[in-house]
Amino acid sequence: MSKFKKKKGGDIPAVNTASLPDIVFMLLFFFMVATVMRQNTLMIENNLPFADQVEKLDKKDLVMYIYAGKPSENYKQFGTEARIQLNDKFAGVNEIAAFIAAERASKREELVPFLTTALKVDSKANMGLIGDIKQELRKVNALKINYTTKKGKVVN
Amino acid sequence: MAKRAAPEVNAGSMADIAFLLLIFFLVTTTIETDSGINRKLPPMEESEEDVIIKEKNIFTVIINKHDQLLVEDEVMELKDLRAAAIEFLDNGGDGSCSYCNGSKDPKSSDNPDKAIISLANDRETSYESYISVQNELVAAYNVLRDKRSQALHGKPFSELEANYNDVNWPGNKELLKKQIDQIKVDYPQKLSEVIQK
Repeated sequence: MSKFKKKKGGDIPAVNTASLPDIVFMLLFFFMVATVMRQNTLMIENNLPFADQVEKLDKKDLVMYIYAGKPSENYKQFGTEARIQLNDKFAGVNEIAAFIAAERASKREELVPFLTTALKVDSKANMGLIGDIKQELRKVNALKINYTTKKGKVVN
Repeated sequence: MAKRAAPEVNAGSMADIAFLLLIFFLVTTTIETDSGINRKLPPMEESEEDVIIKEKNIFTVIINKHDQLLVEDEVMELKDLRAAAIEFLDNGGDGSCSYCNGSKDPKSSDNPDKAIISLANDRETSYESYISVQNELVAAYNVLRDKRSQALHGKPFSELEANYNDVNWPGNKELLKKQIDQIKVDYPQKLSEVIQK
């Protein structure tokens, strides 16, 4: 009477996970498209301030980045005052001129006048440091700057 | 002959491989913020030429080290700054500005071309409040330009600029460039910063 064979014990059938890879791949592709490779390892806290009158920085290759902020958790030995970071390491204000010169040398000559300096500064930093950076940039004639901010409502 | 079903490939580890890739991307990449407030620094000049500007044409904004605002010698909240700046820029005191909608107060700026906003800050001012003030002042200019553009061309200024930068925009770019430049002449951005001593 095999027609009425009893079903095998009360085992729960295995959950079909065949679509799991698809879901993960979807996430993966989203991240591949929406993000860029990290250029510099940040050694500082970098919570950018908010602003809503922003302009987009296009032509990524024409941007020089200057980071500033308080050293982050792992770099406590460098103090708690806001510092400048250029290319993976802390720098003093007087090293900015050399940094700009090096960046300019690495670009094609005709593009040099279009270079923009993006200041990525932590919102807790104070203006003394920024003023020094700006003064230094004026000395080397790098006048186009951009205060990089997050897009959003200005918070008080 | 009976058809033999092809054996199913075990794809159980595919998810693991995908996860591995995903985690690699999560760790090595960042979402870049690539927008901000563009500014131009004044060039270093040897010759210190004193330009005489009438006191009434200068709108002074001072941020102190406690992030408090002093605007035209009065304490002000950040939320009122934009309106105050617009009122100052759009005043049209000497009547030479035909498109200004201001109150024509003789004690305030003569016309948008002469009006200058001067921003001063302390060394201990926080970057955050400095950016919010910059943002409000830029917003004041943008509001006026938008209004002017709306009156002249029926479109906000930001749309004109977006069209100009859009490669696929079908219209006449040269005409558009002229329109943009005209509005920039009508409301020039004159924001000067006092160098900290």
